[in-house]
Amino acid sequence: MVKKMSSAKIVTPELYDKEGYPVDGGLMDIRMGVIDPGLRCKTCGARLKECIGHFGYIELARPVMHIKFTPVIITILKSSCKDCGRILIPDNKISKIREQLDQVEKEMGIEERRKKIKEVVSLMKTAAKCPHCKAKQGKITLQKPTTLIEDEKRISPIEIRARLEKVTDEDAQLFGINAPHVRPEWMIITVLAIPPVTMRPSITLETGERSEDDLTHKIGDIVRINQRLFENINAGAPEIIVEDLWDLLQYHITTYFDNDVAQLPPARHRSGQPLKTLTERIKSKEGRIRHNLAGKRTNFSARTVISPDPMLELNEVGVPLIVAMKLTVPERVNEWNMAYLKKFIEKGPEEYPGANYIIRPDGKKKKITSETKEASLEELQPGYTVERHLMDGDVAVFNRQPSLHRMSMMCHRVKVLPGRTLRLNPAVCTPYNADFDGDEMNLHIPQTEESRAEAEILMEVQTQVVSPRYGLSIIGCIQDAISGNYLLTKYFSYARQEAIDLLMAVGITDFGKLPRKQTVSGKEIFSVLLPEDFNFKGTSRTADESGSNDVLIENGKLVKGFMDKNSLGEEEGLMLRNIHQQYGKDFALDILGKMFRLGIEVLFRSGFTAALADTDLPEPAQLRVRETLDNAQREVENFIQSYQQGTMESYPGKTLAETLELRILEVLNKARNETGDIVAKHAKKNSHTMIMAASGSRGNLLNLAQMAACVGQQALRGRRIDKGYENRTLSCYRENDLNSDARGFVRNGFKSGLTPQEFFFQAMTGRDSLMDTALRTPKSGYLYRRLANALQDIKVEYGNTVRDASKKIVQFQYGEDGIDVSRSENGRINVKRIIDSIR
Amino acid sequence: METIAKEYADKLPKKLIDEINEHLPKGASQAKIRKVFEAVQKEYESAKISPGECVGLIAAESIGEPGTQMTLNTFHFAGVAEMNVTVGLPRIIEILDGRKELKNSMMEIYLKKPYSEGKNLKELALQIKETTLSHIATEFTINIADLTIEVGLDKQKMKDLGITPAMVIASITKQVKGFNVKEKDGGISVKTKSKDESLNEAYKAKERLKDIHVKGILGIRQVLPLKRGDEYLIITAGSNLGDVLQLEQVDAHRTTTSDIYEIQNVLGIEAARQAIINEVAKVIDSQGLNVDIRHIMLVADGMTVSGEMRGITRYGVVSEKSSVLARASFETPIKHLINAALTGEVDRLTSVVENVMINQPVPIGTGLPGLVSKQKK
Repeated sequence: MVKKMSSAKIVTPELYDKEGYPVDGGLMDIRMGVIDPGLRCKTCGARLKECIGHFGYIELARPVMHIKFTPVIITILKSSCKDCGRILIPDNKISKIREQLDQVEKEMGIEERRKKIKEVVSLMKTAAKCPHCKAKQGKITLQKPTTLIEDEKRISPIEIRARLEKVTDEDAQLFGINAPHVRPEWMIITVLAIPPVTMRPSITLETGERSEDDLTHKIGDIVRINQRLFENINAGAPEIIVEDLWDLLQYHITTYFDNDVAQLPPARHRSGQPLKTLTERIKSKEGRIRHNLAGKRTNFSARTVISPDPMLELNEVGVPLIVAMKLTVPERVNEWNMAYLKKFIEKGPEEYPGANYIIRPDGKKKKITSETKEASLEELQPGYTVERHLMDGDVAVFNRQPSLHRMSMMCHRVKVLPGRTLRLNPAVCTPYNADFDGDEMNLHIPQTEESRAEAEILMEVQTQVVSPRYGLSIIGCIQDAISGNYLLTKYFSYARQEAIDLLMAVGITDFGKLPRKQTVSGKEIFSVLLPEDFNFKGTSRTADESGSNDVLIENGKLVKGFMDKNSLGEEEGLMLRNIHQQYGKDFALDILGKMFRLGIEVLFRSGFTAALADTDLPEPAQLRVRETLDNAQREVENFIQSYQQGTMESYPGKTLAETLELRILEVLNKARNETGDIVAKHAKKNSHTMIMAASGSRGNLLNLAQMAACVGQQALRGRRIDKGYENRTLSCYRENDLNSDARGFVRNGFKSGLTPQEFFFQAMTGRDSLMDTALRTPKSGYLYRRLANALQDIKVEYGNTVRDASKKIVQFQYGEDGIDVSRSENGRINVKRIIDSIR
Repeated sequence: METIAKEYADKLPKKLIDEINEHLPKGASQAKIRKVFEAVQKEYESAKISPGECVGLIAAESIGEPGTQMTLNTFHFAGVAEMNVTVGLPRIIEILDGRKELKNSMMEIYLKKPYSEGKNLKELALQIKETTLSHIATEFTINIADLTIEVGLDKQKMKDLGITPAMVIASITKQVKGFNVKEKDGGISVKTKSKDESLNEAYKAKERLKDIHVKGILGIRQVLPLKRGDEYLIITAGSNLGDVLQLEQVDAHRTTTSDIYEIQNVLGIEAARQAIINEVAKVIDSQGLNVDIRHIMLVADGMTVSGEMRGITRYGVVSEKSSVLARASFETPIKHLINAALTGEVDRLTSVVENVMINQPVPIGTGLPGLVSKQKK
């Protein structure tokens, strides 16, 4: 078999002759393909890169074991007769056992099948005597890694091979070997295949020296030992020398397959670094399968730092000019676009928008330069392809790693901009999980009509607005856009002129909906964006003056309430979800962009900032905060006292110490919450920090309270900080001090500043949460990889059944009702809304 | 109403029809009801999943992506030291691995009527809790002279638990063979029947005696009666669903355990599937995340289609794949390739990775439909 597919027999370990030309019969024989430019392959006549290579072979002087098959070999030897080669199971039981084995294999895989066969044979009590020819059986053990011992005598691979040959095809099938197509004796190597040179190219160093591939080195060793073995056998050398060489050959062939066998020292380079042989090439993340076969590299892509630009549409991406002049889009020349495409060639690669290459119909690529420009123009005719620069409106796939869900790769429209960063609308940060603290993102330009169409139809931002995870909008207004709309719809009103200016800036030109009066309210301005027949009932996060939380939109007018995160934000953004459902994805994306810009424009006009003064509390409030904390601390002290005096009553089912901890925690948390309430009550209501908290755009009241009043108890694993040596948390406290301050209660606020001890406790919890994140990421990453691998080929078939790749039915109807989550509202069909809409 | 509902019975899922029923205003006209049904059906049709949708991957994304946001901590249940609850990411991993040994297994035992109102709650809890000899013993001593093991018993504890020395003796004789057990001034003495006994043997026997199960249900390490809403129930550390369900005071319909493997053994594979869904959904909810139930269902179905629970590991679901290359691309590629060589496996290139490997469109989504055309002669 090996001989048949081979094109060269390898006889010498030498590589090149004196002239540096590959030796015939050497490892770099040009019959196995070529890796040097200029040479032609002797087998197929093709040149470098055209010839994919051909196998060679070595005739081994003595057969050796293949380590990867040794477990199977032992199983077979142990469970078949040494004389007649039949399996050690009586004929009458074979069919029954075959059924059992098939069952085992189906349930647990082929490895289990082999284990089971061993078990069966040992249970048969026939292990000592063959039921077919009554021959006595020896006891076979494996001396790792490749030596087999039978009754303290070694069995040579020749002997093993002879025994394997005797195994009948039917018996082999019992072992899970597909005989006669695969024969057990093939697991002993007599002829070794030599992979083509193209698989192990040598590198020419700068000094002109050649450096061979690891595999070539290894095969060189094998050939050398093999030759020596041949010579020794022919010369009639003593058995011991032959045996030694044989073992050496076995070692080399073993490490050639796998250089990481448990009992063997790995074969090394002269530098001491282990060789990378066949197994190492295939396995693990950096191996052939996961690195090169399941993972691909791509051209026509760009990567740089990202920055925000709210003036872009949500489905646009700002591409720097220098990038746009490197990335190209191929356009096929035909009669009608010839003049159009010629213009690009005229401009050449230096001027924008120009073209970088033309491709002739025969596939030859020609670079356009200022010299070849004229010739290219001449040459151009239908059938050619022009690779022109990236222009506004081209499709591009935008991506940020880690690509955890499908919204991590969306299709955007190119907008060529000056500058050196890729720009995106901040509203699409959520699906990408991006921020602008130095994040980089990738841009890919699809190169065929088919891929462009698929990108546009399946991947464009508007098609991804609703998350398939929970069926709600994942893209929404964030941060300033929420604050702005909140202010606009709750407090502001503008002179009509100003309002028009505002709306113009947002991109609205039809002001028919704006009431004709001197001053228009923010609600009215906001309503201009809404479609005429839009009705919506929702709730806001906070109540208005009248104490109601309702948000009411009737016939496209915001009648009551105001906009905040509940209506506009991602995930919760219920109003957005409704608009999307009723008016479609393109409209929803458009209106979202407008709302976003409206919010920002409002803030442009009024100014918005967080000030230190926002955290100021009036004197009496400060006093009350102090009092609350003092009281709490006093209470804690009382608890400790009663604990030490033993007068404390324990909670049912808990020890006294546990009870104390619980009560202390309770008191301190209550105190912190009280300070929070005080802050909420006394801090300036319309400070920008408060507005951010109220609208839900950023931060919450707790954050404010932590700044203004009290940071609160620091907890490690749900308890107060108690880890420490010598029974104390820090050396400035007495031993066994249970007081609040000694166990990580931070009574200061961030503004007043923390004491050194408090700072340290805070740092402790900070470190703990950092550790948590660092430990979690790889764990969840592995879980994700496993899930994805297990489920990747489960799809909905025609006829709505859910099946895997082998057409096995997993579900009769997807999710029991066939509803696509990304087309539902939070996984459901909103019956109530439908009923309400029908009057 | 009913007639229209019947008409739509095979066009809409039952859940939706029920929902329409619930939300329809009383006394709505026939015409309106019909209109509602029409509108709902239209929306349902448009919300239906398209063939070719790679729902598996979407499910994996939907569970994998929020995984990065979950906590790693296990927390102590209401301060009882032995009762830990695995929550967050580790729990999800535990469920999806299909582990047989859980880190912290747990049961929620609901009770039938008079007991759920608090009747005999304490006694019941103690009846469920596993009591071993070491729980009620004050001391274990070995009398070196005649090699007997003497066990002192805690009278008070035994009285609380309702155990008599006779019961202890009975359970010892039942669980270990070859010993003479006698009651001896407040304690019991155990002597082996075999003649040649060494001190070493006696010591081993002593250790074995400690774990003698005297009362309660095997495996229930700790119990905690609890009031939830206006109902009492018992939370336990350790789990033994089969035996707990045998108790007559227990409401077998609602009692659950966190040990899904046990559910499979006691209640069958469908119950296990539902348990996976419930448990995963519980964790995700408790983390304040929103993942649609359909994704969890698909994962649970994927784990249980074979009729036996399989973890999402290289030994479980992945090893069931029909394609060698798909298996090899996950973990232990060499093993799969070697076995494929022996068995002469054929890869039909029906799943995703193989097609990625050979640079060919994958048979999913837009890659699914093929074009059939008549050839002109």
